Amino acid sequence: MNNFLLLPIIIPFFFAMILMFGQKNLKYQRITTILGLIISIICAFALLFNVKENGPQTLTLGSWPAPFGITMVSDMLSALLVLTTLVIAFFIVWYGFGSIGKERERFFYYPGVMFILTGVNGAFTTGDIFNMFVFFEVLLMASYLLIVLGGEKSQLRESIKYILVNVISSALFVITVAYLYSVVGTLNMADISVKIAEINQPGIVTVIAVLFLLVFGMKAAIFPLYFWLPNAYAAPPIPVLALFGALLTKVGVYAIMRTYTLFFTHDLAFTHELLLVLAILTIIAGSIGALAHFDVKQIIIYNIVIAVGVILFGVAQMNEAALEGAVFYLVHDMIIKAALFMLIGIVIYITGTTNLRQMGGLMKNYPALGWFYLIAALGLAGVPPLSGFIGKLLIIQGGFEAGNTWSSIFILASSLVVLLSVIRIFIYAFWGEQGQVSNNINKTTYNIMFYPTVLLVFISILYGVGTEFVVPFIDDAAKLLSDPSIYTDAVLKGGN
Amino acid sequence: MEIIMAFVCGFLFMAAIYLILSRSLLRIIIGTGLLSHGAHLLIITMGGFGGNNPPVLADGVTEYVDPLPQALILTAIVISFGVTAFFLVLAYRSYQELKTDDMTQMKGSEDHE
Repeated sequence: MNNFLLLPIIIPFFFAMILMFGQKNLKYQRITTILGLIISIICAFALLFNVKENGPQTLTLGSWPAPFGITMVSDMLSALLVLTTLVIAFFIVWYGFGSIGKERERFFYYPGVMFILTGVNGAFTTGDIFNMFVFFEVLLMASYLLIVLGGEKSQLRESIKYILVNVISSALFVITVAYLYSVVGTLNMADISVKIAEINQPGIVTVIAVLFLLVFGMKAAIFPLYFWLPNAYAAPPIPVLALFGALLTKVGVYAIMRTYTLFFTHDLAFTHELLLVLAILTIIAGSIGALAHFDVKQIIIYNIVIAVGVILFGVAQMNEAALEGAVFYLVHDMIIKAALFMLIGIVIYITGTTNLRQMGGLMKNYPALGWFYLIAALGLAGVPPLSGFIGKLLIIQGGFEAGNTWSSIFILASSLVVLLSVIRIFIYAFWGEQGQVSNNINKTTYNIMFYPTVLLVFISILYGVGTEFVVPFIDDAAKLLSDPSIYTDAVLKGGN
Repeated sequence: MEIIMAFVCGFLFMAAIYLILSRSLLRIIIGTGLLSHGAHLLIITMGGFGGNNPPVLADGVTEYVDPLPQALILTAIVISFGVTAFFLVLAYRSYQELKTDDMTQMKGSEDHE
């Protein structure tokens, strides 16, 4: 049954709708959300294995032939990302039971989460460029709700800026789609790819490529366009921050990956060189931010920027090794960023402050937390048995194959900065003299926050140790990215 | 015709950017309104102005305008309408809470600066 690939979009949407009713009944809200997420995760798993066995799944809504209707395409990359999204959301929602606060839970927090998942999964699965715009708006609208929910002063102030930036980038998205439509006359992504290949990417299409980089770069926080991210992400409470940090920028990264491997592959010397330079600058900007701050939230937030740079560096190489590494690193980064935000959320809950200088000595009373933080930190930096290693290894291998020796060495060096920035949290917060401790720590709340975090760290360990099981999936995704004809054939000729 | 519309779009974008760069929050929101007008006008221009009849099936009519950009605009309009409504209410709430509509005063955070 081919409608199957819609289930990871439809199920969160359906549950979001039924969650709109009975919003004062917390038990109903929580159980329904968890139930919806479990069902979606099962469907996403089934979809992943289906794509593994039968190749990319396509569905053109309303049985119109391919370029005329809206096509939904679930290839290996999008199936992997959909599954990762749902798994992360499950743990973050569980974590939120302890920390989000009853006021927010009673005021459409759970429908907001489910709508954001609808938007993210839709953006990963769609095969139509305007439909992607619509799904972006779905997830952005839900994120506006989540960022401002609670109405604290700092949230109001930062959400104004967040919304303004996103309104502008959405308008730019519409403009770019208009330009693209006037050049190629189609909106279906596979068809656009074929049409651009036919006209061999004249100058105007390269201009549109750069415009797309601006649009998606603003969502993904690449170098000159990341200015909105640090303050906006520091405003909402930790579970929302974890959700944003793990998912939202990655949707922008995915969109850049998709457009730059599917559409704009005929003028690599310009477009991909630009992407490479911007990726390097993104890493520099992120590194400076991560080292400059003594605020735990800001350190991890700037690590998002660094990771975006590393993934886009992989995309810019355009060979199979680097693309495989980019996919590997993308999935790893979604998991580990969620885990790290959840871990520092616990640290903030215990100490009652985000300032590193006031923390200290947590290792004495919370050894398990300390060790799991250390594992997550080493995983982020890419120490061999853990999950960040293989992705970065492949990216750098691809960089050397493409002849970008110095920038590849630079990526290696940036890992040291990442390690330094996160180990600094470990040293300040867990070692040394007993620092500030919040005086209303509730043991049950702590446990509710602790268990999902630990499980997520375990998943990231498994992802690193069990690389052999993951490789065949990632391999398929990378093959599809490096050879757009697999994608276009699947959509336009009904390949399966 | 397309040339004139291109100039009109450009003028709208210019005005929008000027307003968005100003201090007052309300001017910024007016700027985003103009920005979305410009974007919508640009879609219809980019679809081309060929064809003399509205895209409705009727006897004896063979030349239609391109119906696709119109559908895109309709979608984009309702989306920007929703976002603008949310943005206006947010501006109202933050005016109540922060007691200012001056963007230069909405910086920093409680802990730093």
